[in-house]
Amino acid sequence: MQKTFSRSLYFLAIAAFVSLSLFSCKSGVKDADIEAKIQANAALSHVAATVKDGVVTLSGEAKDEADKANAEAAVTAIEGVKQVVNNLTIAPPPPPPPVIISGDDQLNKGIADALKDFPTVQATAKDSIITVTGETTAANWKKIKIALDGLRPKKVDPKGLKIK
Amino acid sequence: MALQDKYRQLIDTAASSGVSNLQVREQDGVLYIDGEAPDGAVKDQLWNIYGQIDPNFLSGDVVMNINVATAVPGAKVKVVTEKSNLNIRKGPGTDQPIVGKAAHHEIITLVSKSSDQWWLVRTDDGEEGYAYAQYLAPVE
Repeated sequence: MQKTFSRSLYFLAIAAFVSLSLFSCKSGVKDADIEAKIQANAALSHVAATVKDGVVTLSGEAKDEADKANAEAAVTAIEGVKQVVNNLTIAPPPPPPPVIISGDDQLNKGIADALKDFPTVQATAKDSIITVTGETTAANWKKIKIALDGLRPKKVDPKGLKIK
Repeated sequence: MALQDKYRQLIDTAASSGVSNLQVREQDGVLYIDGEAPDGAVKDQLWNIYGQIDPNFLSGDVVMNINVATAVPGAKVKVVTEKSNLNIRKGPGTDQPIVGKAAHHEIITLVSKSSDQWWLVRTDDGEEGYAYAQYLAPVE
């Protein structure tokens, strides 16, 4: 009795497997074919894809939203794909390059050039911070400030400067 | 981020007026704004806005370095001194001997850039040497 039962269970399992295989083959395209097409597409080389019964799950990192959408569209266009589960994440933007700050020697040489025509103004660089003293007009100070900022200091401190 | 809020108008104007390679970074209480303006007028506008937010640039919390994109080798540049002639020197530095002069408002040729501060220039008379870039504006 028990033997018959387990045998019928065995046949049932085989029947289920066969019908399932038949069902998944109904579209005529095998998962392996879809997978091969994804792998052959250079535009999808940076994403990982798993295919099951025509459902493609994308994972990995896309460069941006457009890249994520393009990858999904490219996969959707493949014959036999029934659904795309887009689990791609967007890569964080690269950190900005560090601020370039000049050394004191370079700054002091640049200060001498910048202040040549403004003898009432003095400035020195220490630890890349330019300290400005003396006195001048607002218009001249603006020209000096533009020149000093162009030297790439860490900071321009004009607290000791008197503006007439 | 507080500095970016204080200077929001300056940053937004730089972004909307075509400044390329715009970099806005906040570091140790100083906001660094770098970029290349499409012309001299945009650069002037940015400095005016900066001066409105921080009158006379007294806070010392911004270092702004904006170059003008049209200042490229071969371009014509105008001498924009107050009224005097512009010294043309043998090398890039005020310690270098003077080899020529360009008149106030004279138009000369930018040959190459030794640095942001010193440009190699040539006058129509054929005088060649280094001039301080702040006194040269691209002819637009």
